[in-house]
Amino acid sequence: MTEIAAFFDMGGYAAFVWPSLGLTLVIMLGLLLQTLRQLRVRQRRLADLEAQGAQRFRRQPGAQTSTTGRQS
Amino acid sequence: MHRFANPARFTRIADRVLPFVAVAALASLGIGFYLALFVAPGDYQQGESVRIMYVHVPSAWMAMFIYVAIAVASAVALVWRHPLADLAAKASAPIGAGFAFLTLATGSLWGRPMWGTWWEWDGRLTSMLILFFLYLGHIALMHAFEDQQRGYRAAAVLALVGVINIPIIKFSVDWWSTLHQPASVLRLDGPTIHASMLWPLLITALGFKLYYLVLVLLRIKSELIAARLRALDLAKLSAT
Repeated sequence: MTEIAAFFDMGGYAAFVWPSLGLTLVIMLGLLLQTLRQLRVRQRRLADLEAQGAQRFRRQPGAQTSTTGRQS
Repeated sequence: MHRFANPARFTRIADRVLPFVAVAALASLGIGFYLALFVAPGDYQQGESVRIMYVHVPSAWMAMFIYVAIAVASAVALVWRHPLADLAAKASAPIGAGFAFLTLATGSLWGRPMWGTWWEWDGRLTSMLILFFLYLGHIALMHAFEDQQRGYRAAAVLALVGVINIPIIKFSVDWWSTLHQPASVLRLDGPTIHASMLWPLLITALGFKLYYLVLVLLRIKSELIAARLRALDLAKLSAT
């Protein structure tokens, strides 16, 4: 057996070692991606809401300019 | 402690710390896995299957560590009403559940070739399964109430009651010596595991811990934004 094949064979325990490592990577990466995606969605919503809020504030009576608000 | 209660301050500190912790986590995970796969020797009894240890044991340590962290945060939340403590517990629970699941799954994959069974109602295995269910219960309670504070309080009480399970997990291998092997690293008379396996294990475990730190900082940050969004939604509702 070549050295590489022997490595992947894991002394006959390939069917147990590789799924263990694979599952660990899948769960750890999955949690990281879910966390990042959720953070990004929330950050975007907050930015939108704050832009709206700023616009409404400018439109209130007495406010001078109303044309520079960011559209959302 | 209360100095960090200010959300803006927390986010500022988290943003400053995160890049360093992330690089350290990536480095120690990379080195740890490299050592575990290519440098560490096979076991004289278990052969190459012992490499499962390098994900199984750090996962188990993290599952227990995160649970204790949640219990401490819950106590702080209940006693001092620290506003970040509830969010820290909420942010941690899914990560802990992930590690508890990994402990059970990799343990099962290791047990099959070594013990000849995927599962046995052994003291260690059963108490780890209970830990996994405690995590699921904690997550469910957090979301079970319309009034968020009530959910946080219920989950905190569960976390504190369930912490009794942690010493049970730790000492289960001494109390009921049925199948799972006893401790070989965290023991009073020093580790019995050989240094050639101990170092890869400790470096991988450090990587797991730093990974948790990265995730929990990101998730607390995310929870703070969610709280802000809810406040803004309420303000909008009351304005119209």
